[in-house]
Amino acid sequence: MLTKRIIPCLDIKNGRTVKGINFVDLRDAGDPVELAEIYAKTGADELVFLDISATEERRRTLADLVLRVAEKVNIPFTVGGGISSVEDVDILLHNGADKVSINSSAVKNPQLINDLVAKFGSQCIVVAIDAKQIDGEWIVHLVGGKVPTTLNLFTWAKEVEERGAGEILFTSMNHDGTKDGFANEALAKLSTELNIPIIASGGAGNMQHFTDTFIEGKADAALAASVFHFKEIEIKDLKEELKRNNIPVRL
Amino acid sequence: MNIVIIDYGAGNIQSIKFAFQRLGYEAILSKDAEEIMAADKVIFPGVGEASSAMKKLRESKLDQIIPTLKQPVLGICLGMQLMCHSSEEGDTQGLGIFDVDVVRFSKDVKVPQIGWNQITNLKSDLFKNVKEKEHIYLVHSFYAPLCEETIAEAEYGLGYSAALKKNNFYGTQFHPEKSSEVGEQILRNFIETI
Repeated sequence: MLTKRIIPCLDIKNGRTVKGINFVDLRDAGDPVELAEIYAKTGADELVFLDISATEERRRTLADLVLRVAEKVNIPFTVGGGISSVEDVDILLHNGADKVSINSSAVKNPQLINDLVAKFGSQCIVVAIDAKQIDGEWIVHLVGGKVPTTLNLFTWAKEVEERGAGEILFTSMNHDGTKDGFANEALAKLSTELNIPIIASGGAGNMQHFTDTFIEGKADAALAASVFHFKEIEIKDLKEELKRNNIPVRL
Repeated sequence: MNIVIIDYGAGNIQSIKFAFQRLGYEAILSKDAEEIMAADKVIFPGVGEASSAMKKLRESKLDQIIPTLKQPVLGICLGMQLMCHSSEEGDTQGLGIFDVDVVRFSKDVKVPQIGWNQITNLKSDLFKNVKEKEHIYLVHSFYAPLCEETIAEAEYGLGYSAALKKNNFYGTQFHPEKSSEVGEQILRNFIETI
């Protein structure tokens, strides 16, 4: 049986992890590779590296990081942040990334999704969508949720699927950082209307939130950052709790 | 031990090379027919779309070489699918090593299947020291139905082949190089037991 995935997300700036990390056993708290290895050993199903640096050397630094992660980590990982061309994706996949995630570049140039799918296949193209609910309507936002577009979340998600993306990573800006739970109503609508896997992101605060997003939100995977980095939730404990709630997980 | 990973421009070959490195083996990437024929073990990787991958194989004439190999060959993901008789993806004629036709998952399940599923009914030394129902990582939209050559099964809306074997040819739909300790055991078996 296909299991529900738990995905820690690592924010990366200039090749180093950004958000505070509370792992006493880390030799180097800023080294993404060491952190990734620990997550792989402690039950993470997949990892996401989100690059938020804005320097000239960004491309090369990220490509180097991907190579170092691929060398050490024996579970799949996705890379995102600032990816805007076929060439960007080519080098990241070549260096060992399993999937890439595109966001703003797909909104600005939807044809990019088709081009990437044609060259690399649906299975490695994730489209990340940040959206905020405004007066009842879910509006797609860019630049980490700062800039609103005119796109409706569900219309855009459908288009993303039709253009061939293999997966959608949906972050609710209303829930992100609140630790109040995931946007389960919107997630369930996405999961029902679309026929590709949906990753839930934004709002994880406790273990019950994960159970809720898999059951009420019908999510295929759940992504979180700080609850894992600060050890508020241990992945192994989380998976045992999910199993007790009859949610299939890899233990 | 001379391990060659066939490098024909369709596959996440770096990850496979690194996986062997973690096991203590240095694998070579090659598209040279003589180098491939001289290997002790051959890995036939593949990700992406079937017809374009098959086209690349034909261009390098490796479609003629692979079916004649005598040493153990392991096809991974699309590599396994291309070793089958045909694939519904891009209406592709395969290498015909496994006597089965690859087809698309129905719309009753989410496609692609992405994530960790369980393998059961394990039938080969490839799975030595691997328990029934262990989890492996998969990402695919097309599958090989159950057949005589099935040596591991998975279930996604229906039962299908997670691995195939015929003579010296092995294929896994899953990615052993991304399947944590279970995958490492399977790669180790391919190198040390088979």
